[in-house]
Amino acid sequence: MTVRNTMSPSELTADESRIDSEETGLGLSPTMAALKRARNHYGLKIGFGILLVMAVFALFAPWLAPHDPYLQNLPMRMLPPVWVEGGSWEYLLGTDHLGRDYLSRIIYGARISMTIGIGAATIGMIIGVTLGLIAGYFGGWLDQAVNFLVTCQLAVPSLLLIMALVFVIGQSITVVIFVIGATHWVFYLVVTRSATLRLRELDFVAAAQAMGCSRFQIAVKEVLPNLVNQIMVIFTLEVAVAILNEATLSFLGLGIPSPIPSWGLMIAEGKQAMFFQPWLVILPGISLFILVIAINLLGDGVRDVTVTNRRN
Amino acid sequence: MSTASILDIQDLSVDIPTDSSTLHAVRGISLELKRGETLGIVGESGSGKSMTALALMNLLPPAARRQASCIDFDGSDLTHATERELASKIRGQRIGMIFQEPMTSLNPVYSIGRQLKETMTLHRKVSDAEAEKRAIYLLEKVGLPDPASRLKQYPHELSGGQRQRVMIAMALMNEPELLIADEPTTALDVTIQAQILHLLRDLQREFGMSMILITHDLGVVSRAADNIAVMYAGDIVETGKTAEVLENPCHPYTKGLLECVPGYQGHSQQRLGAIPGIVPAMTGEISGCAFASRCPRAADVCRTTNPPTKKLHQGRYFVCHEPEIEQGEGTAEQPVGSERTGKTDCRGAEDILTVDHVSCTFSVRRGLFGKRKPLQALDDVSLTLKKGEVLALVGESGCGKTTLTRTIMGLQAPSTGFVTLNGQRIGNLPPMERARMIQPIFQDPYSSLNPRKTIGEIIAKPLVVHGIGSTQEQHQQVRKMMELVGLPSRVFNSYPDQLSGGQRQRAAIGRALILNPEVVICDEPTSALDVSVQAQILNLLLDLRDELDLTYLFVTHNLSVVQHMADRVAVMYLGEIVECGERDQVMSSPKHPYTHALMDSALSISPGESVPDPGLSGDFPNPMNRPNGCPFHPRCPIAGQQCREQAPGPELIDNTLVQCWKAKTAGSQLKP
Repeated sequence: MTVRNTMSPSELTADESRIDSEETGLGLSPTMAALKRARNHYGLKIGFGILLVMAVFALFAPWLAPHDPYLQNLPMRMLPPVWVEGGSWEYLLGTDHLGRDYLSRIIYGARISMTIGIGAATIGMIIGVTLGLIAGYFGGWLDQAVNFLVTCQLAVPSLLLIMALVFVIGQSITVVIFVIGATHWVFYLVVTRSATLRLRELDFVAAAQAMGCSRFQIAVKEVLPNLVNQIMVIFTLEVAVAILNEATLSFLGLGIPSPIPSWGLMIAEGKQAMFFQPWLVILPGISLFILVIAINLLGDGVRDVTVTNRRN
Repeated sequence: MSTASILDIQDLSVDIPTDSSTLHAVRGISLELKRGETLGIVGESGSGKSMTALALMNLLPPAARRQASCIDFDGSDLTHATERELASKIRGQRIGMIFQEPMTSLNPVYSIGRQLKETMTLHRKVSDAEAEKRAIYLLEKVGLPDPASRLKQYPHELSGGQRQRVMIAMALMNEPELLIADEPTTALDVTIQAQILHLLRDLQREFGMSMILITHDLGVVSRAADNIAVMYAGDIVETGKTAEVLENPCHPYTKGLLECVPGYQGHSQQRLGAIPGIVPAMTGEISGCAFASRCPRAADVCRTTNPPTKKLHQGRYFVCHEPEIEQGEGTAEQPVGSERTGKTDCRGAEDILTVDHVSCTFSVRRGLFGKRKPLQALDDVSLTLKKGEVLALVGESGCGKTTLTRTIMGLQAPSTGFVTLNGQRIGNLPPMERARMIQPIFQDPYSSLNPRKTIGEIIAKPLVVHGIGSTQEQHQQVRKMMELVGLPSRVFNSYPDQLSGGQRQRAAIGRALILNPEVVICDEPTSALDVSVQAQILNLLLDLRDELDLTYLFVTHNLSVVQHMADRVAVMYLGEIVECGERDQVMSSPKHPYTHALMDSALSISPGESVPDPGLSGDFPNPMNRPNGCPFHPRCPIAGQQCREQAPGPELIDNTLVQCWKAKTAGSQLKP
């Protein structure tokens, strides 16, 4: 069953030529085009580079850290970093009030920060995207219920809520991840919901309905893939927020329990000696700053690279 | 330049640098416009017609570079004018402009009175009262009832047609000598389009303006322009008096374009001429003729050397290598206008789909705490679709066409009545079974394909959902389907945004047909496409119907497409079918006054003929407040007492179903 006269050979070649002759990336698949743009994006490359280095340190901490981060060495306590007078090459960044090697603690701290950042952002994403998809796609009373939930969430001071929850449940890394994640899903929800509201009106959704897809299939298989870009951008931003939240909690003594090296906890422990040994506060502070800025650079880059002037 | 011309452009080029190369949007064109005349610039999308207009007023996008040896506007050269001079003395003052999209070209936060007055007070020392007087005068001129009170209204309170009238009034506030109208009616319904064009012609005559009318619609330009310039890939390929160009086209592109227009040759359901391919990428230097890759008569010389400009007489020239094309007969390789082999007579065939007294009412809430109000989208609609036929559903936007198609596909449950498909009620059919019988093709191929899926995935999706065949078999079937709808097999792994509009629509057709449905609902399948691509798609749809034994419900507002495609026509107005019958009967001797007005507003290509005035008063009513009695009576030229009080029921007159009290006598009253 072929319809011969539909297109003459010349028509075919001319039509095909579009694919070859298009300018600037249009001939590439969306993923390839995004990668090509990524190669020219400095912010993204810098952010990604820093994160890569930090991730390597976090992953291979046991081999890269010069000392045991938990090992106390009281005679060597409060050593300054190597570039300050009295510093030694053995303890490059000095030691804390219990004589633990500060460099090792910072390297191990990167582990905690990244675990909590990614973990909490993932939990928030699961909650927010699910609710957003439900609210946006199904609408009606479900939408109103979800919106009420958002209003409640926004009305409660989240730090206070987290503190209360940690206080009740108890302190551990897992608890901190879940509690931070469970209070940071509003962004995901708002963006997912509004994008879904727009997408569900498009004809490809109607086409899927007409071919007999169920509403669940359409929401997950047709709508969700179109949200990936936006979700990725929010994910990176939420990772940064979660890391700062963990630092805040640990600083307040409600986050990571004490001997575990966390940057927030290190700042809290260093604050008594802040005036005489300022590096105890400055070093973890700088680490935190670099990590968060790298994540934000990456997030902005991902947004610039993936959001094109396409019609969708 | 002669004293009679108001505008003389010489060698205008517009280049837009992109990341990797330069886009030559306009390539050295020359134009002349005489005082008081209308020049129509015609071309497909991307041919550079809007860029030409923007370049005139130096309103190009910031990156674009303009070059011209001379843009002479009434004796002064605009190429040397500074931005300040242009802004204070030319734009809006001596050259007025009307844009395509009336929904976005008015500022929504200011009242229209303020916006109208501002255009005048900005340029001239006039008092507010004077400006207001002029605004009221012009609003009356453009046919808005009660102009004084309109001044306080905001754009959202007006309909699309009314906004376009306000835009025209605004362009005329300073009595410009030249009016540039860039697709002024493309976004409007046919009856409104006829009204607006009529109005523009009248105003032009009254104020002695010159006008540049940019459009892709050959029907519009044939009625409204004195001279015509056909643009292709940034170049003017042919120009001359409208009648001469359209009746005796010299350039193969102009010819091709005319053959693409359904109904131009007068035979329905015959193969349309189609210009193969698409407009070439306009980056880099084009060696030879830009049209060579699509030209049926292209010779080697066309691909290597630039074609010469051939002048026939004053103001009439074309750019082509082949002089003998002048006398050319049917030039395309394809047998244009050849008789179709398929069956066209399907009267007496069995009913495949019946719409039985279907009504659809939504309740719409205005604002958060507003009261719910009923919106009657469909009111007692009955239709039958016979096997193998093409039934066209015609009507203006907002008349309920989309609701009806959704109801027929079972995506929308009717409030009363039911739809039967092959003897089974569609509401009782499981979605999977329904999908194998009836499939849609949508209007906008940009939104009907999921941008995240490859073409192969999109066409295979129905097979996957229905679990038909193994992955291997599905791929085979998809490739077969791609060949059938004329998609090159290499786009299998491409994403929709790598394809042209026509290719996307082919993919959408492939997806609709892969389950072998019996009925296909085509919802304006070509209105988002260029004429030449539209012709390709219409040819394809008719071929597929013969090949696969399909039945089409063809929703459209384009009457020449109806003329070309349909066996029967149903006309819809405010959720009712007001007339339904055989195509020829409905189109040549309409019984309902609304059908009559619709047919009158259709702008076929007939140079020299004036723009018809459909004779309808007012705009399409808001479906939220349906008029009492016959829903059409507020706009009807022959409405009587009975029409205002009582809604007419359907009545069979000469094999045509009509809903009108005056249908029997209307024929004589409606003749012009």
